[in-house]
Amino acid sequence: MSIFVTPQTKILIQGITGSFGARHTPLSIEYGTQVVAGVTPGKGGQIFEHKGVRVPIFDTVEEAVKATGATTSAVFVPPPFAADAILEGVDAGLDLVVTITEGIPVNDMVRVKRAMSGLRTRLIGPNCPGIVTPGEGKDSHGGCRIGIAPGYIHKKGNIGVVSRSGTLTYEAVFQLTCRGVGQSTCVGIGGDPVNGTSHLDVIKLFMADPETHGIIMIGEIGGAAEEEAAEWIALHGTKPVAGFIAGATAPPGRRMGHAGAIVSGGKGTAQAKFDAFRAAGIGVAATPSEMADTLLRLMK
Amino acid sequence: MNIHEYQAKQLLKQNGVAVPAGDPCKTLEEATTAAKRLFDSGHSLIVIKSQIHAGGRGKGTFTHGFKGGVKLAKTLEEAVTYAENMLGKTLVTKQTGPEGRVVQTILVAAAEKIVKEFYLAVLLDRATSRPLIMASTEGGVDIEEVAEKTPEKILKETVDPAVGIQPYQARRIARGLGLKGEVFNAAVKLIMGVYKTSWECDASMVEINPLAIVETASGKESIMCVDAKISLDDNALYRHADILAMRDLAEESPLEIEASKFSLNYIKLDGSIACLVNGAGLAMSTMDIIQHYGGLPANFLDVGGGASKDQVSAAFKIILSDPNVKAIFVNIFGGIMDCNVIANGIVEAVKETGLTLPLIVRLEGNNVVAGKATLAASGLTIISGDTMADAAKKVVAAVNS
Repeated sequence: MSIFVTPQTKILIQGITGSFGARHTPLSIEYGTQVVAGVTPGKGGQIFEHKGVRVPIFDTVEEAVKATGATTSAVFVPPPFAADAILEGVDAGLDLVVTITEGIPVNDMVRVKRAMSGLRTRLIGPNCPGIVTPGEGKDSHGGCRIGIAPGYIHKKGNIGVVSRSGTLTYEAVFQLTCRGVGQSTCVGIGGDPVNGTSHLDVIKLFMADPETHGIIMIGEIGGAAEEEAAEWIALHGTKPVAGFIAGATAPPGRRMGHAGAIVSGGKGTAQAKFDAFRAAGIGVAATPSEMADTLLRLMK
Repeated sequence: MNIHEYQAKQLLKQNGVAVPAGDPCKTLEEATTAAKRLFDSGHSLIVIKSQIHAGGRGKGTFTHGFKGGVKLAKTLEEAVTYAENMLGKTLVTKQTGPEGRVVQTILVAAAEKIVKEFYLAVLLDRATSRPLIMASTEGGVDIEEVAEKTPEKILKETVDPAVGIQPYQARRIARGLGLKGEVFNAAVKLIMGVYKTSWECDASMVEINPLAIVETASGKESIMCVDAKISLDDNALYRHADILAMRDLAEESPLEIEASKFSLNYIKLDGSIACLVNGAGLAMSTMDIIQHYGGLPANFLDVGGGASKDQVSAAFKIILSDPNVKAIFVNIFGGIMDCNVIANGIVEAVKETGLTLPLIVRLEGNNVVAGKATLAASGLTIISGDTMADAAKKVVAAVNS
């Protein structure tokens, strides 16, 4: 098993006709992902076609779910409309809403998270690359790719990867694949200060997933989510975990690209997170080039 | 985005929050008029405050030798002298760096007699994903130190975003601060107003330090924001044209402004190795790995996930305008982005800028073979790195040689 999604999961794309959604939907279709519906208000009834695959477009998520049985959505809509799009997915009772959009106002996410509390839908992101569960085929085709990650760098296997950063996730995945080691699921939880799913949420699922044998956890400066996950791992961890934290050289008080990557008031430093990792027995990669090797050493 | 103290106080005032009477002034004439008005209305003491986006103003020194970016004046003559020594002059504080900042605006305000100082802030609590009000009886001092040494002196109130702040929460803080009577009621109104300002302006942080009980000219006590700092959520500025108009480009690094025109995320640092990277996490780690191998990064630069040739070219020009740069490290993991597009952008930028500094390129990902071939066929001296570590070692060696 993988976590969150399988190659059979039926996906709908919110914002399928926007430039971002329209660019990445074909890549997911080519990867073998079950893209069953698109939603763009006002374009209901049209078809999104790619290489013979015809994806019906609906005006609302509710209709799309009813007509196609989609259980998961990928949100590509622009920031001012993203909070509404997420809540529309929640209202339609989706299992999972993966929000790729970068630049959503923080207060919008504060409201969204409050509105989602107690409801069944899980949110991943925003400002994230999405999820990949690699498939059996060539270049891991036949898997489930939700979002913007390059599918071909993956390989089906037993390592779980969780990260706040997109390209750093790809870096870790590529290191694993180059060493012949595959992944169970790779999850980008996003670089914003308010996100739907935390490192700890994903770590717990990886620990419970029989197909995941080892975990790479990639964090960055800001907040205390990595420390929270490390504390839990120290008490309940059953599988080897290797980690890296980006931003040891970042100047305090500056946002480093990601809205959530900021050391403020002396809190959220890379040092504090590395210390928490070491205290929890998590293998610390000395450089981002050594993420895979650090984990593989632990798994020997 | 950050705004000036006087702008923060304007936003607070619009939301019914008490701030000392005063006016922002850009000229000596304006300052004289403002000071006169305050003295005429019965204030015996006024304060002249340099408006720059950096802390430590009071203890700062101007480059022409004048000491103090915040001064108290008892007479109009004193006020004018202080204004003259601040307007258009460069103030150096512990936060500005040695180059300091030019004071374009001063705030001329009533200096109320402070009876007691407090601390008040509204910020995001990342652990709960909710707004958090923080207050302390230890005002006017470094709050981080208070949090470190005496955390019990910090009051915290989390706000449920579904209903917003409730008056009982403001009352709990006011009580926690030991307030009584009329000042208690005034504080409740003020706390509600500060929260409202924070939420409605989409602030990432509102900090009132100090919040103070003051004795007014009539001898009555009241509570007001003596200083105020507001940072805004950049993602929400699109819906606040009035606040966006408060942006002061003079307070931002010219290179960072230039970078933002090309949707590049650039932050200047002090080292000698310039980096050009795609993705924020990878860009941060590139800085980290440079330092790991004994070098110092000259900047953070994220060209984003879909960088075009123009962006790469602009990025090169920006990093090259930093005179400290001795070598360049391009680190691209082109997942979806075509490595050949990047390679062409690099070649063009090198030719355009006549680059003579060592250039180390690590390309990986989509269409990487074609990208590497483009670099090789360009006839340019480009050092290729196979992995991040390999490239980082090479760039550090290039700087040290």
